[in-house]
Amino acid sequence: MRIALAATCIADAMFPQAPRAVVTLLERLGHEVVFPPGQACCGQMHVNTGYLADAVPVVRNHVRTFAPVADGEWDAVVVPSGSCTGSIRHQQRMVLERAGLDAEARTASAVAGRTYELSELLVDVLGVTDVGAWFPHRVTYHPTCHSLRMLGVGDRPERLLRAVDDLELVPLEQAEGCCGFGGTFSLKNADTSAAMLQDKVGHVLDTGAEVLTAGDWSCLMHIGGGLTRTASGVRPMHLAEILVSTREAPVVPGAADGRQEVAR
Amino acid sequence: MSTFLGMPDAGAPATVSGVGRPDDPLHWGATFPDAARTALADEQLRRNLGNATSTIRAKRARVVGEVPDWEALRDAGSALKTDVMTRLPELLEELERNVTARGGVVHWARDAAEANRIVAGIVRAKETDEVVKVKSMATQEIGLNEALAEEGVAAVETDLAELIVQLADDMPSHILVPAIHRNRTEIRDIFLERMADAPPDLTDVPRELAMAARAHLRRKFLSAKVAVSGANFAVADTGTLAVVESEGNGRMCLTLPETLVTVMGIEKLVPTFDDLEVFLQLLPRSSTGERMNPYTSLWTGVTPGDGPQEFHLVLLDNGRTKVLADEAGRSALHCIRCSACLNVCPVYERVGGHAYGSVYPGPIGAILTPQLTGEKSDLPYASTLCGACYQVCPVKIDIPSILVELRAREVELSGAAPDTADRVWQAAMKAASYAMADGGRFRRAARLPRALRAIARHGVIRRLPFPGSLWTRSRDLPEPPRQTFHDWWAARERRAGTRQEGER
Repeated sequence: MRIALAATCIADAMFPQAPRAVVTLLERLGHEVVFPPGQACCGQMHVNTGYLADAVPVVRNHVRTFAPVADGEWDAVVVPSGSCTGSIRHQQRMVLERAGLDAEARTASAVAGRTYELSELLVDVLGVTDVGAWFPHRVTYHPTCHSLRMLGVGDRPERLLRAVDDLELVPLEQAEGCCGFGGTFSLKNADTSAAMLQDKVGHVLDTGAEVLTAGDWSCLMHIGGGLTRTASGVRPMHLAEILVSTREAPVVPGAADGRQEVAR
Repeated sequence: MSTFLGMPDAGAPATVSGVGRPDDPLHWGATFPDAARTALADEQLRRNLGNATSTIRAKRARVVGEVPDWEALRDAGSALKTDVMTRLPELLEELERNVTARGGVVHWARDAAEANRIVAGIVRAKETDEVVKVKSMATQEIGLNEALAEEGVAAVETDLAELIVQLADDMPSHILVPAIHRNRTEIRDIFLERMADAPPDLTDVPRELAMAARAHLRRKFLSAKVAVSGANFAVADTGTLAVVESEGNGRMCLTLPETLVTVMGIEKLVPTFDDLEVFLQLLPRSSTGERMNPYTSLWTGVTPGDGPQEFHLVLLDNGRTKVLADEAGRSALHCIRCSACLNVCPVYERVGGHAYGSVYPGPIGAILTPQLTGEKSDLPYASTLCGACYQVCPVKIDIPSILVELRAREVELSGAAPDTADRVWQAAMKAASYAMADGGRFRRAARLPRALRAIARHGVIRRLPFPGSLWTRSRDLPEPPRQTFHDWWAARERRAGTRQEGER
C-alpha cells in the first residue's frame, strides 16, 4: 500500500522519533510511505480552545495537503495520534461547514474516511497484529481518552503489544482515567490538570514498568513531564517506537531517547 | 447514601457553616480555576469525593452491564427527548389540558422571580408558615427557599442530604448527592448545632444520624399543610407527574399535605405514559446504580378523598426556550438529572461541585449553566474533553461537542470585550494559526523549540518563564530534538536522490 503519513505538529516539532518509527515500521511491513511536505497541523488545538475562525486556514491546509488520498493517489493516511485522528474525523468538516466552505468540507469528509490512527491502520486496514517486533521490557499502556472514546480503538494497541516478543505488558490501575492534559486545559486549569496528573503518575509508578506507552505523544508529554519529576526512570514511548524495535535493530528505552538521530 | 460518607481524619475540625446561600444559584463564587485551586487544597474533600465517585461508578457499571439492550435503551431515550424538543409547545399544551381536566391547576413561569411569586402566592393563600419539600433541582435553581423565607415561610428540605445542606447554610455540590462534600463527623456537628430536636448524645454512626433526621422530619410531615416538589417526568397524554426517590420522604410530601405544588422545568416532558418505561430503566441505573429506585410516585391531578386535594403545577422556563432555540446546544435539555456524568468526570472528582458556582455542577452543569444564564463563563473550559460523560449519559448528550461549541461562543464574547488574558490568548492563537496554515512556515516554526536545548539539563527543562511556567510549575518539558521530522524527511529524500543519481 501507499500510505501518507500525517506526522502531527507536536510530534514533528518535539517527538520526531514517533513518526520516524512509523516510517520504518510500515516500510518493514512492505508498504510505501510518503510524507506530503505541505502538512502542518490538523487544527485540533484551535478548535478545542474555541478559536474556530483561526482554525479554518489550518484545517484547509490539512485538507488540501491530504486531498490526494480521496482521489486514490494514496491508499490511506496514517496518524500516530488518537486525538488528531479524532479531530480530523469529527471536527474538520464542522469547521469548514461553519465557514461556508461546503466543497472543502466534503473533501474533508472524504479524507477523514481514509484516515486512520496507527493501531487502526495496522489491525483493521493492514490486518496485522504481530508486526515482528522484539522489545524485552516491562511495559504499561495508557489508553488515551480520544483513542478510546472518540475513535473506539478498543484493545487494538494491547493486541499489538501482546504480539511483541519478550514484552511484558503490565496492567495500569484506572487506565481509562484522563491524565489531565486536555490541550490548553493544562494551562487554563493548571491546578486541576496537575492533580489529575499526580494520580496518573502514581498509578504508572505502581506498575513497576520501565516504559509507559500510549498512542499519542501529547498525553505522553504530559505524563512523562510528571514522571521525570519523580526520578523514577520510567520512560514514555509511543506505541510506534516499541513496534519498530526488532532483534536486529533494537530500540533501547532512554538510550539518548533515539531522539538525537540526525540525518545528514 | 451513608455508604458514600468517608471516614474523617482523627481530630479533624469540622466546619458547620457552609458556603452560604448566593443571590444567584446559577452563578456564584470565584472563577472556576480559583475555586478549583481552593478545593484541591482540601485533602479531606478530595478523599471523600474520590471514594464516593469511585463507589458509585462501580455500582453503575455493574447494573448497566447486566442490561443486554442498554445501548438500545440509550438510543430510545435520546430519540424520545429529541422528539419532545421538536414538539415542546404542543406537548406542553397537551399536558396543561390533561392536568386541568383531572383537577390540577397549571401555572406558567417565565423566570425564577415569576415562579417564586406564584409559589409564594399559593402558600400565602393557605395561611401557613411552613412547607415541606421534596428534593428538587428546579427549586434550587430558582432559589425558592430564600424567596419563601422573605415571605415569612420556612421551607423544610426533607431529603436527608438536602436537609444537611440546608441546616448548614450551604449549597449542594452534586445533583444527586448534594452533601457529598460532607463527612459524617461534620454531619453530626451540623445536626447538634442546627437541629433543635437532635439527641444531645448523637454520634457519627450513620444509622444514628439517619434516625435523628427521621424523627425530626416525621414531625414536619405530619404538621405541614403544603408540600413543594419538583418532577422527574411529566406525561403529556395523561397529565401524570412522576418523582423517583430513595428515602420515602418524597412519598410523605406527595401524599400527606392537603396542597401540593410542583415546580417543573418545561423540558421534563415525555409524550406518552409508555415512554416512562424507557426512562424508569435508564434513570435509577445511571444515577444511584440501582436496578430500580425504592420509591416511584405517580400522580394525576387530584383524587377526592385520597392525597392532596389541591394540586398546582408550575411550568418553569427560566432560560430554557433560549437553549431550545440553539441548535448546537439544545440537547442539554435532554438531561434527566441522573448525575452519571458527574460521577465519571475526572475534573468533578478532583474539585467537587462548589467550584462550578452553580446548582448544576459537573459536565452537564458546564454546558447547561452558561446556556441558561447566557453570560460569559469559564465553565466550558472546565473539562479535558476526555469524553467519559458522553459515554455514560443515558440520553447520549454529546457533552464534549457542546463544550467546544460553547468555547467558540466564549471566544466570540471575549472578542467583543477582551481582558488582558483574552488578548494574550487571541494573539497566541492568531500566531499559531499563521504558522500552522502552511507547510513551509510550519517547518521553520517547528525548529524554534530547539533554542530551548540551551537550558535543558538531563534531557528536561524544569523551569520556564510565564506563560511557560503554567506548564513547568507541575511538569517538566522534554528537551526538544535536534532535528524536526520535516527536516529529517527532507534529508532522507536528499540521500535517496543522491543514491539514485549514483546508481545511474
